[in-house]
Amino acid sequence: MSPTLPGPDDIAHVTLANGLRVLARENPTTPTVVIDGYLHGGAVLEPAERTGLSSFTASMLMRGTERRTFEEIHDAVESVGASLGVYSGRHAVGFSGKCLAEDFGVLLDVLGDVLQHPTFPADHVEKLRGERLTQLQERDNDTRSVASLLFRELAYPADHPYSRPIEGHSETVTAIGRDDLLDFYRRTYTPQGGALVVVGAVRAEAAIAAVEAALGGWQGPPPLAPTFPPVTLPAGVVRRERILPGKTQSDIVLGVPALRRSDPDYHAARVADTVLGRFGMMGRLGENVRERLGLAYYAYSSLEAGNEPGPWTVIAGVAPANVARCLEAVEAELERLVSEPVPAEELEDSKAYLVGSLPLRLETNQGVAAAVLDMVWYDLGLDYLQRYAGLIQAVSAEQVRRVAARFWRPGAYAVAIAGPERT
Amino acid sequence: MAPWHTSNGVLQATLDNGLVVLLRPMHHAPVVSFWVWYRVGSRLEAPPATGLTHWVEHMLFRGTERFPGPSVHKLVARAGGNRNGFTSFDYTAYFETLPADQADLALELEADRMLNARFDPEAVEAERTIILSERAGNENSPSYRLREALLAAAFPGHGYGHPIIGWEADLRRITRDELWEHYRRYYGPDNAVVAAAGDFDPDHMLERVVERFGGLAPRRGDAPANGASAPQRLAAAGRRVVVTGREPVAYVQMLFPAPPATHPDYFPLAVLDAVLGGAKAMGFGGGATNRSSRLYRRLVAGGLAASVGCSVRPTVEPFAFAFSATVRHGVDPQAVEDALWREIEAVASEPVSAAELERARKQTQAQFAYSADSVSSQGYWLGFSQVVATTQWFLDFPGRLAAVTAADVQRAAQTYLRRDQAVVGWYQPERRR
Repeated sequence: MSPTLPGPDDIAHVTLANGLRVLARENPTTPTVVIDGYLHGGAVLEPAERTGLSSFTASMLMRGTERRTFEEIHDAVESVGASLGVYSGRHAVGFSGKCLAEDFGVLLDVLGDVLQHPTFPADHVEKLRGERLTQLQERDNDTRSVASLLFRELAYPADHPYSRPIEGHSETVTAIGRDDLLDFYRRTYTPQGGALVVVGAVRAEAAIAAVEAALGGWQGPPPLAPTFPPVTLPAGVVRRERILPGKTQSDIVLGVPALRRSDPDYHAARVADTVLGRFGMMGRLGENVRERLGLAYYAYSSLEAGNEPGPWTVIAGVAPANVARCLEAVEAELERLVSEPVPAEELEDSKAYLVGSLPLRLETNQGVAAAVLDMVWYDLGLDYLQRYAGLIQAVSAEQVRRVAARFWRPGAYAVAIAGPERT
Repeated sequence: MAPWHTSNGVLQATLDNGLVVLLRPMHHAPVVSFWVWYRVGSRLEAPPATGLTHWVEHMLFRGTERFPGPSVHKLVARAGGNRNGFTSFDYTAYFETLPADQADLALELEADRMLNARFDPEAVEAERTIILSERAGNENSPSYRLREALLAAAFPGHGYGHPIIGWEADLRRITRDELWEHYRRYYGPDNAVVAAAGDFDPDHMLERVVERFGGLAPRRGDAPANGASAPQRLAAAGRRVVVTGREPVAYVQMLFPAPPATHPDYFPLAVLDAVLGGAKAMGFGGGATNRSSRLYRRLVAGGLAASVGCSVRPTVEPFAFAFSATVRHGVDPQAVEDALWREIEAVASEPVSAAELERARKQTQAQFAYSADSVSSQGYWLGFSQVVATTQWFLDFPGRLAAVTAADVQRAAQTYLRRDQAVVGWYQPERRR
């Protein structure tokens, strides 16, 4: 395999005494450094009536610490042209930053401070709430976001955290108190099982030593291990539509809860998704719904395989009058994927893309950091990128058809539509 | 062919047919980004044919005699590459980013479609509905509707005054022949810039560019002038444009006249932009926050807005210094507008501090370093700067910015950010009876 692919030989890897894994890969070609990492935690740990709590907590970390005010945190980072953010995912809290190599120490110092010593200043709780409520109002009037929200409500059981939006709802964000934030931070933030990757113009040993100095003293309990209700495929078409007055275009999200990243069918599903709605100009969906029928500016598919079964969706934006025609065309493509093996040349095309585009994904420090973190999070092994081509090449047309048939049963999916009134 | 000219790692040549070639070898990863920029943008259009340039861009993805229909997307994807195109006020750009050993494919495809796109009538009609759908998607956003109205008020009768995508009535009317004429008029090697960055040997890459593009005939007409005139007064200066709609969140936007990229005042305005609105990410994969900027502190930390920013876009002709803010729920847009005015007046009446100047310098240096991490970013910046100014303009950018003094910034604020020159826009939710 190509020696340029990151792997066990050039990714330094240690686990600190507090359970935080630190990885580093050197790239001396530009004078910049990227850090990327996660802690176990995230939105799956928040109660439904406090949806948005994890996201609110993560954003509050950058709002004040025992050593720095909000202004001082952002001055320290921005005055050297760096960036740093902490955000909530579904199963993790993520953080990422970027700086000139000469400012690596500054970035780590601020990161160590905000992860370990946040103070949740009361005035900033209200400021952030005000910003969030405005953003939620914008979201709730955006057709694409609304279709996505409705889809999750339809596709997942109400007691499954995947049915809820990470950023919350106006009512739940209004209900979050400072005590909730402090409590969520104390209960769920821990270095154990977390990981931090450094990629860029810094020697690996120096990078690891600096991370240890910044975060090695942090102690925390083992991460919480939530359990999840089972997810089932829809028995028929489950459909919901929301009218947003004054809009000119409708957005459609159609799909099913599909698979975990650890599912043995994962690579076959990745190839199937590429054929369906990604290859070239949005795959078969793009060719049929956009290019041939001229129905939509975008019509593509998306497969999110997570720790729990993530959604496999088709997303399209169409004129309100064309919603029905678009749905028919999408159904026809799903039916074809399920009933006919993908022709050999088309299959080879999609596999060639998935394998051949790896150098593009790994071009930048950020791309490498994301790929390394993915290998650690999903426990793929640090040689995964080097094995990846083989895993994709091994997928057969029959495996593609089978995995499609496993999830796309005829007339059984959830579909959400948001847009103006249709006449 | 004009001989090689080398500056800061960028090699420049002009072929006999007028094609400008810019090459930046970068060997950090086995990838190449190959761009072709045309000096045609929506500024060269007028009603009832607005949107021609963007529609032509769509047609260039619809195939040629040699590579019909969607086959081209497949060729590029099969090679592990990505491709796209976009249209702006001043230019239309196309790129392929590919594994280095597949880069020839980009040269072949781009040379082919420079003169040989087909414009099949059925494809023209399919694109009409696709573009109307793209436009309808834009119109779903109230801040887009406000910006469209504001530009129309500020630049009536000028190419910057209509949306790049075009007015809906024009999109319903435009004919295949008009698109074809527009293509024939503006596409050719003498009106184009090739910019490539990545893992290649520059002599070898130039040979390949000559081989693929050198035989293409230049256009018969003249390229549009890249001239830069003096800053002009905005047509609706002193006026307020109000747009209403059903969405509940309000927005405030303001436009002031600004000089083109090549004007000496552009650099003090760029520093002013950084001081007021924070560091800007440079194209692909930048990523910057602005929470230590003056506007953020006054408006967002001050509880008036959910977000705020400003920009001074590098353009061929005089354009605008723009402000935009998302009004926080429950706040009167007037309070947001007043706060913007207070910050504008403060920066015009007091010189910025040495620390703020140093911060702007360091942020620019950092953003330049980040953009050098990506071949796509480098290809973008080389070509973009050549069409709005010169490649040297881009290479000199950090130095020109570092030379700006506090007095320069203050003078720029006093000259350009004047009340009598402003066009102010509000989007407000409709009052339901």
